[in-house]
Amino acid sequence: MCGIVGLFLKDPSLEPHLGSMLTEMLITMTDRGPDSAGIAIYGSETSGTGKLTVQSDTPQQDFASLEKDLAAKIGTNVSIRAKDTHAVLEMSNAQIPVARVALTDLRPNVRVMSHGETLEIYKEVGLPKNVAERFDLSSMSGTHGIGHTRMATESAVTTMGAHPFNTGVDQCLVHNGSLSNHNSLRRKLRRLGVHIETENDTEVGAAYLTWKMQTGSTLGEALQSSLDDLDGFFTFVVGTKDGFGVVRDPIACKPAVMAETDQYVAFGSEYRALVNLPGIDEARVWEPEPATVYFWSQNAAPTASEKAA
Amino acid sequence: MQSFDLEAQGLRALNTTLHAQAKDTNQTAWEIVNPKGSHAIAVGLDAPIEVNVKGSTGYYCGGMNKQATVHVHGSAGPGVAENMMSGTVLIEGDASQYAGATGNGGTLIIKGNASSRCGISMKGIDIIVHGNIGHMSAFMAQSGNMVVCGDAGDALGDSLYEAKLFVRGSVKSLGADCIEKEMRPEHIELLTELLERGGCDAKASEFKRYGSARELYTFNIDNAY
Repeated sequence: MCGIVGLFLKDPSLEPHLGSMLTEMLITMTDRGPDSAGIAIYGSETSGTGKLTVQSDTPQQDFASLEKDLAAKIGTNVSIRAKDTHAVLEMSNAQIPVARVALTDLRPNVRVMSHGETLEIYKEVGLPKNVAERFDLSSMSGTHGIGHTRMATESAVTTMGAHPFNTGVDQCLVHNGSLSNHNSLRRKLRRLGVHIETENDTEVGAAYLTWKMQTGSTLGEALQSSLDDLDGFFTFVVGTKDGFGVVRDPIACKPAVMAETDQYVAFGSEYRALVNLPGIDEARVWEPEPATVYFWSQNAAPTASEKAA
Repeated sequence: MQSFDLEAQGLRALNTTLHAQAKDTNQTAWEIVNPKGSHAIAVGLDAPIEVNVKGSTGYYCGGMNKQATVHVHGSAGPGVAENMMSGTVLIEGDASQYAGATGNGGTLIIKGNASSRCGISMKGIDIIVHGNIGHMSAFMAQSGNMVVCGDAGDALGDSLYEAKLFVRGSVKSLGADCIEKEMRPEHIELLTELLERGGCDAKASEFKRYGSARELYTFNIDNAY
């Protein structure tokens, strides 16, 4: 099954409550996916500064002097904010690629969860409620975010197999369904030089979109071409630095409900996930059409372009 | 009027209470508050009672219904009125996927739109939709009637047996072995009754009828691999 939630705020006064609203939505979706949970939050930006969210199974050991060790290795200022098994490393944007290489030497057991200017991803194995508590997700603020509760089908129940998947700067994706051509597509993308870490089908979907955008497509175009190139069942919810997109495959048997008010756009695998949002009784609530790309951006009007199934 | 707060009292207590109503119960009017998209509300009812759900429901509301009238004052999630035997399920808003699937009898009325696979494998149920229906609706439908006042999505009536489909608007595409058929006086009569039962103000003459060409399951060289 799996459960997906997403919230894109239009009203800045709700930003301090983004984490608490998303967390409540996520916990409601526990019985769609109790194996692991994850949340991606787009928070505030400091110009020129980038964030790496990293994870370790032995955080006390790995994060203890990481700030100092990394700064010494790459010769720049690094700040660290640790939360349970995750830590957010902030540094000059230009230093991030160097820092990623340096990290593999300095702390081979540390894994990168996300890379972005505003994006932070927290994900772990376990019940969504426990995952949310460990990272104190409800206290986070931000402009938009997506979350996932996983019922594992295509790969092992591990932290790396949890969603959201980040495969490009400030890009992330959550998925309900299963892709049937992920092995062949993974081989193809790897041959093209795309970095894919796991055997998980969703990571291939995320990497596919990143590859498309790196080769000139807009997010909307990348989502549109995913309808031709990905086989299997999928409801995708994607996040970018300033936007939030949804697409379902042409068969559309994986559930999806959306709601929009003047204050927000919300997504849930089930209506239950949306019931406590402010003004939901007056919201426009609908089921996204199959093979149709929906996208909201802080800089542009919403889009919905239909493609013949 | 019996009122039941689903959030406070829970689903198991709700369905146990409704199942306990006998055919001659005096408690014929029920109101369910705070449904909040919960699953399996008012399933398996078998008494002539009226249940008003004040809000939207999750999966399988009114499933396996016999005799009862379930009125949802909101939208319904996937599988509403699935495998209904008799009685009525009425949705004020929209219905999600596979509404009225495998229904043997009774009437399902949807005042908004229905999503994909509406009436899949219907076996005698009457489904009346005021709005549109999605793709693969009435797939393998065996008997009963489907009335759509709006438009139908792709592959309407794929692999249809003997169910009758009436659509007022456009049909995006017809499924395998589904064809448009003539509207004879008996169909106008049947449809007029269904429209009245569904509370639709449309006229029967505005609809087209679709049904099985009855060629898919007989010998036809075009069907061979």
